[in-house]
Amino acid sequence: MFGFSRSQTIAFWIMVAIIVISPFFLYPVFLMRVLCMALFACAFNLMIGYVGLLSFGHAAFFGMGSYITAWTMKFWHLDASLAIVLGGLTGAGLGLVLGYLAIRRSGIYFAMITLALAQMIYFFCLEAPFTHGEDGIQQVPRGVLFGVIDLANDMTMYWLTAAIFIGGFLLIHRIIHSPFGQVLKGIRENEPRATSLGYRTDDYKLIAFVLSCMLAGVAGGTKALVFGIATLTDVNYPMSGEVVLMTLLGGLGTVFGPVMGSVVLMAMENYLAEFGAWVTVTQGVIFIICVLAFRRGIVGEIGNLLKLRL
Amino acid sequence: MFMIFGVPGPLLFGQVLLGLINGAFYAMLSLGLAVIFGMLNIINFAHGALFMMGAFCSWMLLNYVGIGYFPSLILAPLIIGAFGIVLEKTIISRLYKLDHLYGLLLTFGLALVIEGLFRNAYGSSGLPYRIPEILTGATNLGFMYMPNYRGWVVLVAVVVCFSTWAIIEKTTLGATLRAATENAPLVQAFGVNVPRLITLTYGGGVALAAFAGVLAAPIYSVNPNMGTNFINTVFAVVVIGGMGSILGSVITGFALGVIEGLTKVFWPQASATVVFLVMVIVLLTRPRGLFGKTA
Repeated sequence: MFGFSRSQTIAFWIMVAIIVISPFFLYPVFLMRVLCMALFACAFNLMIGYVGLLSFGHAAFFGMGSYITAWTMKFWHLDASLAIVLGGLTGAGLGLVLGYLAIRRSGIYFAMITLALAQMIYFFCLEAPFTHGEDGIQQVPRGVLFGVIDLANDMTMYWLTAAIFIGGFLLIHRIIHSPFGQVLKGIRENEPRATSLGYRTDDYKLIAFVLSCMLAGVAGGTKALVFGIATLTDVNYPMSGEVVLMTLLGGLGTVFGPVMGSVVLMAMENYLAEFGAWVTVTQGVIFIICVLAFRRGIVGEIGNLLKLRL
Repeated sequence: MFMIFGVPGPLLFGQVLLGLINGAFYAMLSLGLAVIFGMLNIINFAHGALFMMGAFCSWMLLNYVGIGYFPSLILAPLIIGAFGIVLEKTIISRLYKLDHLYGLLLTFGLALVIEGLFRNAYGSSGLPYRIPEILTGATNLGFMYMPNYRGWVVLVAVVVCFSTWAIIEKTTLGATLRAATENAPLVQAFGVNVPRLITLTYGGGVALAAFAGVLAAPIYSVNPNMGTNFINTVFAVVVIGGMGSILGSVITGFALGVIEGLTKVFWPQASATVVFLVMVIVLLTRPRGLFGKTA
């Protein structure tokens, strides 16, 4: 029902198995970070991989989602599910406004416009009182899910994060393989032809952008809940660069690439964290290597080797 | 003290001058981006990092070799321009047959590497660079006091922008360059070494960024993030101006600097976002940019 091919179904169940087993061997908080970033990267991949538009401003949606979830949890004491939904809606609403502006241009202009608009959101967050500026919104309670499940325990929170990730992952897959998704791919391959067939290509691009931003907002909201904090880091442009890198490293336009990219990059950052700016240098080097020699990404290369679409 | 729109005159003119200075940097940087984009079809995300390298280069020349500001103004662009040529020859030239987006991703990676390395070596707190003796002090213009160095920056920036425009629009070299931008294979058929022209264009654009960096060194402290702070705004400037015209990007750069300065007087909170707001308005009314030729 989700349009998986046979090989993708196998890969999907392997991924689910890993998600279920890994918290018993690895630190759950680290894994939750990976899952949040993986969902963020999958959402980003929806735009670059299937519509062919590179957004360099996805941090705006991720960060604003994170702020809204954190704020509603802390000051309105909402149910966790509601706060995350609000984070997603914030991403979607913001995506509607910024997307409406940005889809007027394509290619590198689209990238520059999204970057600039996201920078505007960053400056807004820097000035606006509700974000608490440099301090961010701290000590956000994880609260209670559906009024009964207490999320303070790391393992409980992990299962929620895993469920959100898998839900988002399947949703994206469903979108790509729906008739709507086929039109998106048609637009990516040949926009004038899609127009001549009677599709309002701008509407399709905008809807895809809003969906992508919504999931980015959900990812940001979940991250805020996991770490109990929402800061300017989430909304600033290095975050946009990071999500581009994760997707590029895993494989642009592959189903499992963004997930793989997020695992590798988060693990790397975890080990390099004490070396300060070397993280940035390593990220830059990975960018350069990926573009020069490794454009299919990890999953793309594996798929090419096994002659499978992953 | 006289007042304009309820604001003291000197304050207003002071902010306009600060705006002109920012505008001078926007103009020089977006000019370099436009020239590089014209020839290479690449948006040079590393432009900010190379601007920062220009500032650092002049700082190093002063502190390690003892070479002062004015020689640096020539030497630093040459050194960084040569570095740019090496980058183009070894890395960037491999991308010309690929989608433009790969150029953007690659230069973004280059920027991360360069900035990361400088942050490791010099920290991110910033190093001071003194204004050269002859340009210290201020001049009384009658309606305000103008710090001499700031006047110098605006003057030099205008001269450099105008010279770049003249080289591209009025010389044979510029004509070849413009022809190659339009149709590279045809120009190559006339016996022009187009790959070398591309390399030199990149070197030239980078040298321009480095020159701006040297000018910026005494105004802003020399630090690894100085380029990034500028370049995000410069991208908005490029979108507003459109990359079709050299003079267009210069005018847009200066104009937006002044608008930013004026906003600082009348509505300080919005001064960081006003350039982006202008971009939104331009996108709504004229998506291809004020001076852009094609959509």
